Amino acid sequence: MQGFASSLVSVAFHGIAYGMILYVISVGLSVTMGLMGFVNLAHGVFAMTGGYVMLSAMSRYDVPFPLALCLAFVLVAAASVVLERLLYARLYSAGDLEQVLLTIGLIFMAVAAARLAYGTLQQPVNLPPYLKGQFALFGRDFPAYRVFLVAFSSVLVAVLWFGVERTRWGAKVRAAVDNRAMAQAIGINTSLLFTVTFALGSGLAALGGALGADIIAIQPIYPFENLITFLIVVAVGGMGSLRGPFVAALLIGISDTACKYWLPQFGAFFIYAATIAILLWRPAGLFGKASQ
Amino acid sequence: MTGPAHTGSYLSDPRVRPMEWLPWVLALVCYFAAPTYLPLGSYILIMILFALSLDLILGYAGIITLGHAAYFGFGAYVAAILAVRVTADPLIGIAVAGISAGLLGWLTGLVILRMRGLTLLMLTLAITSICYEIANKATALTGGADGLGGFNMKPILGLFKFDLFNKTGYLYCLLFLFVAWWLVRRIIYSPFGASLTGIRENVARMHALGSPVYQRLVAVYTISAALAGVAGGLLTHTTEFVGLKVLSFDLSGDLLVMLILGGVGRIYGAFVGPVVYLLAQDSLAKQFPEYWYFGIGLMLVLVVMFARGGILGIVDRLLLRIRRGNT
Amino acid sequence: MTPALETRNLCKHFGALTVAEQINFKLDAGARHALIGPNGAGKTTFVNMLMGGLAPSSGAILLGGVEVTRQSQRQRVKHGLGRTFQINSLFRSLTVVDNVSLAVAERHGVAWGMFRPAGRYRSVVDESMQLLDTLGLLEDAKLSLAALPYGKQRLVEIAIALGMRPKVLLLDEPAAGIPSLESHRILEVLDALPKEIAILIIEHDMDLVFRFARKITVLAQGAVLMEGSPAEVSSDARVRQVYLGERRE
Ligand SMILES: Nc1ncnc2c1ncn2[C@@H]1O[C@H](COP(=O)(O)OP(=O)(O)OP(=O)(O)O)[C@@H](O)[C@H]1O
Ligand SMILES: [Mg+2]
Repeated sequence: MQGFASSLVSVAFHGIAYGMILYVISVGLSVTMGLMGFVNLAHGVFAMTGGYVMLSAMSRYDVPFPLALCLAFVLVAAASVVLERLLYARLYSAGDLEQVLLTIGLIFMAVAAARLAYGTLQQPVNLPPYLKGQFALFGRDFPAYRVFLVAFSSVLVAVLWFGVERTRWGAKVRAAVDNRAMAQAIGINTSLLFTVTFALGSGLAALGGALGADIIAIQPIYPFENLITFLIVVAVGGMGSLRGPFVAALLIGISDTACKYWLPQFGAFFIYAATIAILLWRPAGLFGKASQ
Repeated sequence: MTGPAHTGSYLSDPRVRPMEWLPWVLALVCYFAAPTYLPLGSYILIMILFALSLDLILGYAGIITLGHAAYFGFGAYVAAILAVRVTADPLIGIAVAGISAGLLGWLTGLVILRMRGLTLLMLTLAITSICYEIANKATALTGGADGLGGFNMKPILGLFKFDLFNKTGYLYCLLFLFVAWWLVRRIIYSPFGASLTGIRENVARMHALGSPVYQRLVAVYTISAALAGVAGGLLTHTTEFVGLKVLSFDLSGDLLVMLILGGVGRIYGAFVGPVVYLLAQDSLAKQFPEYWYFGIGLMLVLVVMFARGGILGIVDRLLLRIRRGNT
Repeated sequence: MTPALETRNLCKHFGALTVAEQINFKLDAGARHALIGPNGAGKTTFVNMLMGGLAPSSGAILLGGVEVTRQSQRQRVKHGLGRTFQINSLFRSLTVVDNVSLAVAERHGVAWGMFRPAGRYRSVVDESMQLLDTLGLLEDAKLSLAALPYGKQRLVEIAIALGMRPKVLLLDEPAAGIPSLESHRILEVLDALPKEIAILIIEHDMDLVFRFARKITVLAQGAVLMEGSPAEVSSDARVRQVYLGERRE
């Protein structure tokens, strides 16, 4: 019994850590899909790039961890602006198929580039000493880095939600998600709004990829391997929504960890089955706009 | 003048044009001219059949799927399990593989085809992933990650043995591809095919016409899944092995790339794409894997940005320009 | 006599916005009935609900006395309902005749045919051609729809609806986007429609409305403001205020 309670706590803890990372990575995808209606399968590329940037900054140039995180965010956000202006923006009004193909093409290119630069093996993660070791909480030891991860992501999420709820930019985003034509009609520069939002979403993904490098291994096939998971978070949560993917990410993080722990013989079967069930029950996701 | 070729049109001439015999002639020429390449040739024929099945739902009906490997893989596994446990007769195997993949397509289609956009895309992905997980974990039945092999197919009709050089296998695949081509071509030119084009172009209007859109989609999805299942069965029979790759997302992705490369919604794109892609892959991918993948990605981006019709689209435009130049 | 089409207390809300409020409406057999109202009054929404593309929040819709509120568009089409769209809703990559043939084939019940080439269904092709002929589009039949000038595309919009042989036809601004000078062509086509079809037309062009309709319903902010003959409507002070007053040219 004691053993079970202990593993319950452990599964919950690691599940939440995983879920938080999933959310930080996927929230940008949710917003861009809701805002621009763009099926961006290449979102994982930004997360992977964030991971590579942080890890190589730390290992090759001895950049301290916090700075490396910032670097991941800034570089990827900047790169995504170029991509958005050059490629994505031209396909906003195109069909889903074109968007799917473009972004699959980007994944292929990113995977190949990562292999050329780093080889096929996953990158080792060398944490700064102050985040290594254990952290005692309620009489139990937790890995310090995971505790930091949960805490840091929580702050990030709080800032993000506050930003979307309380700032002018957030109000514009919400208006545009609600009704793009109307937003344009009342004089919101949607093109600029898209670019900024896209950059922010990509930057967050990079941050998530970097933070979560020891949970979701940084390796060239990253964007393909995790594509389904990120998409599930958005589809189940409801695209365009901010809270939905949060709930979905935690649900997936916890249930995936639980399945791996207790029912490894079923693999990810239950996650997929649950996804199908939820989408059939609520096609627009748990928190999505009901009319599709 | 009369709309694009190979669309369901009440005006297009349904007779087979001389050019349409070219692929078949070439396929037979290859049989005699390049006997050492027949294993690769068989694989290309199988992928053409698979791409043709995708073209039917993607190019004509406009169903965007990232999970068509589910039906291909299901057919492949059914054929293998049948060969191991029940009978190694190839024709029975293909029939069962096609019918069971069609059934799976019908059941899943009934469930998912009411959805659209991202939801539909997600559902196709999730279904393939489930099939993959099952094949991976149900080791007793499927061999799991090791795959399923160790069976020998009986001669076709008791007469034609599968040989080491895949001479029989090649013709076997070619025959099924021919039948499938004939069937798909019929469908494309029929009123049913025209209504699929209508659904792709403007589903709201099709509803307002009183068209049973959902039933049409389920029907074409079932047919397409059955064809994919036949292709999967052929792969099992010609290689006498089946592994997890047949259910992978990679395969769905590769297939999509091949079809896009050839040209979507024009039947012969499904012929050109796999030939070009697989031949290029055969010569380049092993030597320069990174550059190969990068090139594929770049090609996709370029096709989407500049050449939506793929290779055949480019050929069409060139021909048009030449014709204009002459008059 | 049962009306061809009837609504009872039809309501539609989009969130807090009420777009249809207790609409009680009757379309008589063989009617030439116009529905007018300022932009955003809820006219298109009303048509969408009648056709079945949009579910009402409450209320009932009856077609020839039969309740169809919960029926699909397909079932309503079988009951003889057809519509056109305010914004062209056509098959742009198909030829003009194919646009019409899709509707005709559906009505003939041959659209499930998978093996015989479409062109061999002579009755479908002939009927489509004939329809195009009556609309003066025969010469354009084989052109790709996208190659057609806008005014002719509006005619194809009507041709498709006629291909369904509806008993009740809902026309959502058939002359929208056409200069008034050219809209006489649309009017000619409308005048030539069979007498037994009950027609509900939405239109901003008042000349067209007054020449075509024998009865007019005025909709404002989702509610029926008044209903009457063209003379009654044009002399009504409230109508002038909400509608004619702010009518755009
Ligand atoms: N799907 C929807 N969600 C939210 N609001 C909607 C929706 N569809 C229409 N509306 C709103 O309902 C109101 C009525 O729209 P509708 O298109 O029916 O007007 P209309 O009378 O046809 O106007 P017009 O003359 O411009 O065609 C408008 O304010 C519109 O913004
Ligand atoms: Mg309107």
